[in-house]
Amino acid sequence: MNSALHGVLAFVQTWWVELLCAVLIVAVVPLIAGYIVLVERKVMADMQARLGPMRVGPHGLLQPIADAVKLLIKEDLIPTNADQFIFWFAPVLSMTVALTSMGAVAFGPWFQVARDINIGLLFVVGISALGPLGIVLGGWASNNHYSIIGAMRSTAQLVSYETTAGFAIVSGLLFAGTLKVSAIVEAQHADRVWYVFLAPVGFITYLIASIAETNRAPFDIPEAESELVAGYMTEYSGFRWSLYFLGEYANMIVVGSIGVTLFLGGWLRPFPNVPWLGWLDALPTLFFVASGVFCVSRAGKQPVRVQQLLMWAVAAICFAVALIFMLAGPYEVQPLHRIYAGLYGAFWFLLKVGAYIYVFMWLRFTLPRFRFDQLMRLGWHILIPLALVNVIAVGVAMALSSGLGMNRWLAMILTTGGTLLVGMLLIRWNDKHAAAASASRLAASSEVEDSYAG
Amino acid sequence: MLDSVIFYFFAGVAVISAALMITRSNAIHSAVFLITTLLATAGIFLQLRAEFLFIAQIILYVGGIMVLFVFVIMLVRLDVPLPRIRSPWGKLVAVFVAAAVAGEAGFILWLARKIPGQGLLAPLPAPSAKLAPNTEEFAKGLFGAYLLPFEIASVLLLVAMVGAVVMAKKRTDTP
Repeated sequence: MNSALHGVLAFVQTWWVELLCAVLIVAVVPLIAGYIVLVERKVMADMQARLGPMRVGPHGLLQPIADAVKLLIKEDLIPTNADQFIFWFAPVLSMTVALTSMGAVAFGPWFQVARDINIGLLFVVGISALGPLGIVLGGWASNNHYSIIGAMRSTAQLVSYETTAGFAIVSGLLFAGTLKVSAIVEAQHADRVWYVFLAPVGFITYLIASIAETNRAPFDIPEAESELVAGYMTEYSGFRWSLYFLGEYANMIVVGSIGVTLFLGGWLRPFPNVPWLGWLDALPTLFFVASGVFCVSRAGKQPVRVQQLLMWAVAAICFAVALIFMLAGPYEVQPLHRIYAGLYGAFWFLLKVGAYIYVFMWLRFTLPRFRFDQLMRLGWHILIPLALVNVIAVGVAMALSSGLGMNRWLAMILTTGGTLLVGMLLIRWNDKHAAAASASRLAASSEVEDSYAG
Repeated sequence: MLDSVIFYFFAGVAVISAALMITRSNAIHSAVFLITTLLATAGIFLQLRAEFLFIAQIILYVGGIMVLFVFVIMLVRLDVPLPRIRSPWGKLVAVFVAAAVAGEAGFILWLARKIPGQGLLAPLPAPSAKLAPNTEEFAKGLFGAYLLPFEIASVLLLVAMVGAVVMAKKRTDTP
């Protein structure tokens, strides 16, 4: 028994940074997910010329916490004819997969759970490939037609768009030359460029595929409210429903982190190699001081005592982080500076992920929903061939620049132009094909009508 | 110590859920236990520092094949119980196969009893030092030394895929 205790102690001593990161991720990601929901409601309100949530806290800042409390005390229903075991298991799987895949995401220089695995990015992609299972099992276990249709649509969609996402990731990985997440970021630092500028087609295809993978509008047909009630989540309520919901938003953070790490420079600040932009280093400090001051100024005006206390707590956290930034930024005192490096990286990383997710919201409130056949045609006829051609084009560009000594940008522009040309041809061919198909369907239906008339 | 605990955890989960998989009458439950078995096996790969094999197992078997399995099972009516096949020969064959497998496993363990660290209850500790990055080694082997077999296998898979598409395509009588 004593030796077991010693083993555990030794384990904690060796791995305490990783354990701390894991605890931080599991504790903070649901909070971030809640605030993404708030931001989404605010953005939606802004685009529709409304105010959005305003009641709980200043500008609705405490709304996610109120929502979380409400969800926890809601009644938890299990339909009589549902499969009890799988009904319980599916949302847990969904949430676990989303949180586990965050294990290899690098939020900052040391801010990562699995630092040494050399499959890095493949781990994130591979674990999140289990996501469809949670959806499919939940939809099936509910024993409800809407749920099962939603689950089937979702699986078909995820399986189709995972291929595109995989090829898009490969086109970025070719530049980095490694799968290790921190090494990918370092490679962009060494190459003095974000890979989005070297592989723009790869980034755009990844963006589209990642929207489809998170089941968001305009690809939200698995939970299309106007057709399927809520798709695979129809029978879920209370805490189980919130697990699904959290899983979905955590998944958005995961796909955002993959995109940011691979194409947008990970935790690096914008233009890390330009010396006269050094004042950007002060931005995180200013941000935290400003939000702390805002919280203090509004704390006294809150009507409820709990809200006041929460605002004071948020202000205290902001000031503490700002203090760490101010103390540790200029002086390299070891433990504090290390914390600073991690938090500083996490600030830029989460800022970029936020921008990525903002694009998701923007598209959601701008575009109407795809029909199922349109979705499949876009995936299989346009995106997958385009992503494949792009992988070849990136390979050719690398061969031209490193083998033949051509200018990197010239090679990039040439191959990207070629890829875009192929894309346009694909779209043109597809339009013609679709027109022909609908014409033949029309002809067929008129024939049927004629036969009935005769 | 910790290595043994982790190994026996994964091994136990794999064996128990494999047993549960073949005894459940509900096909979806069987699929869930098969997924658990595959994940536990992937965990053992990871403990042996075979990282690429671990993630390939998860992406291909759990994320790809099992999702399709579940997808197909969902479309089958499960509320109609399957007719149970009872024949005296089935049991006899089953007993024979089980005895053969148990005998084989016992024989291997008996052979391995002399090798240090390979006995029944003490598996070799996983290599503690960092190995060469085995994803890179894997790629070098696949695209260097074994390029021709790799290409032949991929052409074979492509042919199978095209064949499946052709066979599944709806036949129209009109030319």
